[in-house]
Amino acid sequence: MRLEVYGTRHAQALLGSLGRLQRNPLATALTLLVIGLALALPAALGLFITNAQSATGGLGRAVDMSVYLQPGVPLAKAQQLAGAARQRPDVAQVTVIAADQGLAEFRQYSGFGAALDALKSNPLPNVLHVVPRRDATGAADLESLRRYFAAWPEVDVVQLDTEWVLRFNAILAVLRRLVLIAAVLLGAGVLAVVGNTIRLEILNRRAEIEVTKLVGGSNAFVRRPFLYTGLLYGLGGAALAWVILEAAVLVLDQPVATLAQLYGSRYALAGPSGPVLGALFGGGVALGWLGAWISAQRHLRSIEPQ
Amino acid sequence: MILFERVSKRYPNGREALTNVSFRIDSGEMVFLTGRSGAGKSTVLKLVALLERPTRGTVTVNGKSTGTLKARHIPAFRRQIGVVFQDHKLLADRPVFDNVALPLVVAGSPLKEVDKRVRAALDQVGLLGKERMLPAELSVGEQQRVGIARAVVSKPPLIIADEPTGNLDPDLSLEVMRLLRRFSDVGVTVLVATHDQHIVRELAKREIVLASGEIQGEGADALPHVVASK
Repeated sequence: MRLEVYGTRHAQALLGSLGRLQRNPLATALTLLVIGLALALPAALGLFITNAQSATGGLGRAVDMSVYLQPGVPLAKAQQLAGAARQRPDVAQVTVIAADQGLAEFRQYSGFGAALDALKSNPLPNVLHVVPRRDATGAADLESLRRYFAAWPEVDVVQLDTEWVLRFNAILAVLRRLVLIAAVLLGAGVLAVVGNTIRLEILNRRAEIEVTKLVGGSNAFVRRPFLYTGLLYGLGGAALAWVILEAAVLVLDQPVATLAQLYGSRYALAGPSGPVLGALFGGGVALGWLGAWISAQRHLRSIEPQ
Repeated sequence: MILFERVSKRYPNGREALTNVSFRIDSGEMVFLTGRSGAGKSTVLKLVALLERPTRGTVTVNGKSTGTLKARHIPAFRRQIGVVFQDHKLLADRPVFDNVALPLVVAGSPLKEVDKRVRAALDQVGLLGKERMLPAELSVGEQQRVGIARAVVSKPPLIIADEPTGNLDPDLSLEVMRLLRRFSDVGVTVLVATHDQHIVRELAKREIVLASGEIQGEGADALPHVVASK
């Protein structure tokens, strides 16, 4: 019975708030638009990063190292060194590319076959191809691995083949931070918009609030419809942001596919995933509710029946 | 039901609205509070409804001392009191039904119960069938009766009315007062602030006369309830 009364009160407050929003369609639409845009912007940035990451997915993790041994270091020694390197916990894989094998590959792919025949001996050294473990691809990890190989007397040069991958990952990290900043700023914006909208509504309904308090309405009762209004603003704004994101993906889909094709890829743009949508709606609802709550705390207390 | 013990009320602006006022109103009584404007009638009603707290002395309503009641208990306290205003304070954008239902809604009554009680209250004030109308579509007298229906709908043990006939002509005034008397006849305590001497004489109920914030005496049907006035 008690629970039923509770549910009834909440249902009444929710329906009342819905009805009120519906009676002012223009004002409601404008507020929703502002909230929707504020939510869509950081979500779109996040989506961009996710797509950039998956578009370069294979490459993004292909950090590897070529360790060139001094000319004249025999293959047996190279095998031995490879065995030692495999013991390190930050090394996933070490492949020995023998000088002969390297020359054969070069002959095959370079088209210099005839010219190479003129050489008296194989100018290529034995090479160790090293793939670090996936969790050890940070700049500091790679540097310590490079030093490890460079310290060996048999080693001529250590070449980090994929520095651009590191740069790319660093750019993504910067962008991710930017998304965070945008999300915080625009979230504060949503709070302010909802808070101000609720403040105006509280002032508009001053007489009603006074009478309600006079006949014994508790603060919670008076506050409830405003909290639901804020929550609905957040929900509506999140839904609008979703529509904006999907529309943007739709508009971009064709040109992105064309671009991917030019790179010989079949990559297709991904829309917002389940977790992204969850964050969008969860964040929208939470911000709307919180903005309304802050505003109600500030303004409802001052309204007492005279 | 209502007990004022040596109550004084000074407003923040320094004006002393009541000075050392003591009286007692028993359960089921109907009492008129009279005096000129500014005599302190409204202040007495505000102290009863806990819109204000006394500066000195104690006000006890329904067994509760208003001076020490915690803020979170005020809503429940107010639900025990039906209030009627001179300007009726109806919500202009809500139909009659919603206005009358408000005290039940804030108390969390089940919907079926709300429907039943609102109709009963409107029936008592003779407005059954006008539930869907807006207050502006009613006459002044009808609006005041809607205000009374709202005050009685949750069957409070105490009704207070501040100049409920202030805007009404003599016939309508008498009608509204008789309506209030009917509630006192069935055991509800009724306290009415008015300056309409004609009505006070007509209804022949106990009268407490205020002047400049002090009790000047008892009118018509004087009873020995007044303890002292200074």
